[in-house]
Amino acid sequence: MATPGAGGNLQAKLVLLGDMGAGKSSLVLRFVKGQFFDYQESTIGAAFLTQTVAVNDVTVKFEIWDTAGQERYHSLAPMYYRGAAAAIVVYDITNTESFTRAKNWVRELQRQGNPNLVIALAGNKADLASKRKVETEEGQSYADENGLFFIETSAKSAQNVNEVFYEIARKLPKAAPAPQPQGLNLNAQGRTQPKRSCCSTS
Amino acid sequence: MEKRRSSPDTPDSSASLSAGMDEEYDVIVLGTGLKECIISGLLSVDGLKVLHMDRNDYYGGESASLTLKQFWKKFKGEDEPPASLGSARDYNIDLVPKFMMANGQLVRVLIHTDVTKYLQFKAVDGSYVLNKGKIYKVPATDVEALKSSLLGFFEKFRAKKFFVYVQDYEENDPKTHDGLDLRKLTAREFFEKYSLSDEVIQFVGHALALYRDESFYNAPALDLVLRMKLYAESLLRFGGGSPYIYPLYGLGELPQGFARLSAVYGGTYMLAKPDAKVVFDDSGKAIGVSSEGETAKCKKVVGDPSYFPGKIAKSGKVVRAICIMSHPVPNTNDSASVQIILPQKQLNRKSDMYIFCCSYSHNVAPKGKYIAFVTTTAETDRPEAELAPGLKLLGQVDEQIFDIYDTYEPLESGSHDNCYISKSYDPTTHFETTVEDVLSMYTRITGKILDLSEKDLNQASAADE
Ligand SMILES: Nc1nc2c(ncn2[C@@H]2O[C@H](COP(=O)(O)OP(=O)(O)OP(=O)(O)O)[C@@H](O)[C@H]2O)c(=O)[nH]1
Ligand SMILES: [Mg+2]
Repeated sequence: MATPGAGGNLQAKLVLLGDMGAGKSSLVLRFVKGQFFDYQESTIGAAFLTQTVAVNDVTVKFEIWDTAGQERYHSLAPMYYRGAAAAIVVYDITNTESFTRAKNWVRELQRQGNPNLVIALAGNKADLASKRKVETEEGQSYADENGLFFIETSAKSAQNVNEVFYEIARKLPKAAPAPQPQGLNLNAQGRTQPKRSCCSTS
Repeated sequence: MEKRRSSPDTPDSSASLSAGMDEEYDVIVLGTGLKECIISGLLSVDGLKVLHMDRNDYYGGESASLTLKQFWKKFKGEDEPPASLGSARDYNIDLVPKFMMANGQLVRVLIHTDVTKYLQFKAVDGSYVLNKGKIYKVPATDVEALKSSLLGFFEKFRAKKFFVYVQDYEENDPKTHDGLDLRKLTAREFFEKYSLSDEVIQFVGHALALYRDESFYNAPALDLVLRMKLYAESLLRFGGGSPYIYPLYGLGELPQGFARLSAVYGGTYMLAKPDAKVVFDDSGKAIGVSSEGETAKCKKVVGDPSYFPGKIAKSGKVVRAICIMSHPVPNTNDSASVQIILPQKQLNRKSDMYIFCCSYSHNVAPKGKYIAFVTTTAETDRPEAELAPGLKLLGQVDEQIFDIYDTYEPLESGSHDNCYISKSYDPTTHFETTVEDVLSMYTRITGKILDLSEKDLNQASAADE
C-alpha cells in the first residue's frame, strides 16, 4: 500500500509477476541499475530493491519485490501481495504460453490484492520483433477489458522500461490508498532512540 | 540491500530449477512452521541447497494464521462464519499465539537475516500478572515497583533494592556484583538476601523471567538476572507499555518472511504435497523425501514432528480457548493488545496459564473485534474446565472454541538417522523457547553456532542506512 511520507513523498510496494524467463528481474535491473545481462541468472538473492522516482511534485519510493522463484511450484506466499500498491505483470511477446500465464496472474491479483492496486501489463522482449508470437493488439485489448495499463517493453534496449514505472507512479496518488500504520524500526538501537510507541521505518 | 550469489556453472539455470524433485539437495525441510522456515532461511543463506515442502497448500503449518473462513472450516467444519463477526478476510487468527520480546532472540534472528524488511511490527500495549484473583501491571523497574499496588508498603522498598541490583548488574563487570557470585548463588538464596515475599518471587519468576515452573529456585541466580534484564531492556526499547512486539497481520507473516529469505537465496518451495514422506536406507538413515511417486535425494531431513512418526515421543498436552470478543480484556486499561500471566501457584496448578489478546490494532481482526487466547498445559482429563480461571477474566465473548493437542519432541538428536526434528510449540505466549529450539537444531545440523551477539545488531543497523 502506498504510504504518504513527509512533504509529498510516497512509499509504495511494487510486486512483479509473470512466467519464468519473461524478464521480471531484467526489467527491475534495467530500471534500478541501468544494466542488462544476456544471461540473467534465475532470481537469486536480489529479490528486494528500492528506487525513487519523481513525478510532478511528488516523489515515489518503490519497494520492488521480485518473486524469488516461489511462484514456480505455485507456492507464492500471501505476504507477497500484502500491502502492495502496484504490480507489473510481465510476459514475453515471443512466447504465447507466457501471455496465458500473465492473464492467470492478473486474475490472481484481482482475487488476492487490494482493490486499489495499480496493475501494469508489460509485453517484454519487444526488441525481438522477428520472433513475435503475441500481437500488440492482443495485449492492448486484454488490458483494456481488465482496466490495466499496457505497454510493450524491452529490458535489453531499455525501451519503455522507465515509462512503466513512471506511469505507475503517476497513477498511484490517484488510487488514493488508505494510510497504513508504520511499523517499528527493529534495526534501530533501542536506548538511543527517543521514547515513542511506534517508530517509522526510514 | 542487494545480495547476489554467483553460480557461474549455471548461466541458464531455469531448466534445471524446474526439475525440482529430480535434484539432489543438501537439506530437505518438511513443514513450513516458523521453526522450519527460520532453519530453511539460515541454511540457504549459508549456501546449502534446500528443498522446502509442506503437505498443506498454505504456509505456516502449526504456526499459521488463519482467515476466519479457514478457521471456521478447521474448528467448526462449516464453510460460512456468521456475518455478525465482520469481514472474514480481515481476520488473521494465530494457531500458536505468541508475542516477541523486543530485545529477544527472535528479533536478533530477524535482524541477523534482514527479514525485518519484509515485516512490520507494532508494540504490545500491556503486560499483566494475576495475584489473588486480581490482575496487575507487571512492574519491571525499581521506579515501577515503588508505584505498583501489587506490592505492600514495606515490600516496595525491599523490591526496589532488588531491582536496582539487577538493573546495575553487568556480567563482565565485577564492580556491579556487590560481592555476590550469581553463578554459585541459587535464586532462592538471592531472594532471601532481599527478604522478598513469596508473591514478589512469583511475579519476578513467572511474569518477568518467564519461567514456566518452580525449578528456577534451585538454579544459579545468574539466569534469573539475565532474564529480568532482558525484560527491562525490551520494555525500554520502544517505550511501549510492555516489552513485547507483534507483527501486523499476525504471526503467520513470520514463517512467510523466512521462507522468502530462503527462496531469495535459492531455496525451492513446494506446497500442497499431502503425501510427502521421508525415505530411509537399509541402515535407517534418511536419504530423501518422496511425494507423488518421485523421490528427491538429500543428505539431511529437517521437519516438524508430524512428518516423523516413530521418531517422536509425546511430551505433553496443550489446551487453548480461542475467543472472539467485541471489547478489550477488562481491567487492562483498554489495551488493544495484552499478555496476562497467571502463575501456577495462584491457581493451585503445576503449570502457568497465559492470556494473549490482540485485535484490529495489529490488523488481525476487523475494527472493534478482539481475539483472546487462554492457554495452558493440560493437567487433567477435562482440560477445557482447567481454563475457567483464565476465561473468567475475559468477560462476555462472541464466540469461543477449544483447541486441544498433544505436543511431541524428538527421540534422538539426528546424528544417527539424519533426521533433525523440531519440538512442538509449547503453551507459552512468547518466543524464547522457540528460538532456543531453532538454535539447537541449527547447531546439530551444521555443527556451527549462530552468533546473534550485540555486534550483529549494531552492524545490521549500520548497514541499513
Ligand atoms: N532479448 C531480450 N532478452 C531479454 C529481455 N528481458 C530479459 N531477457 C532475457 O530473458 C532471460 C530471462 O530474463 P529474467 O529477467 O531472468 O526473467 P525472470 O522473469 O526474472 O525469470 P525467473 O526469475 O526465472 O522467473 C534472460 O536471459 C534475459 O537476458 C528483453 O527485453 N529482450
Ligand atoms: Mg527473475
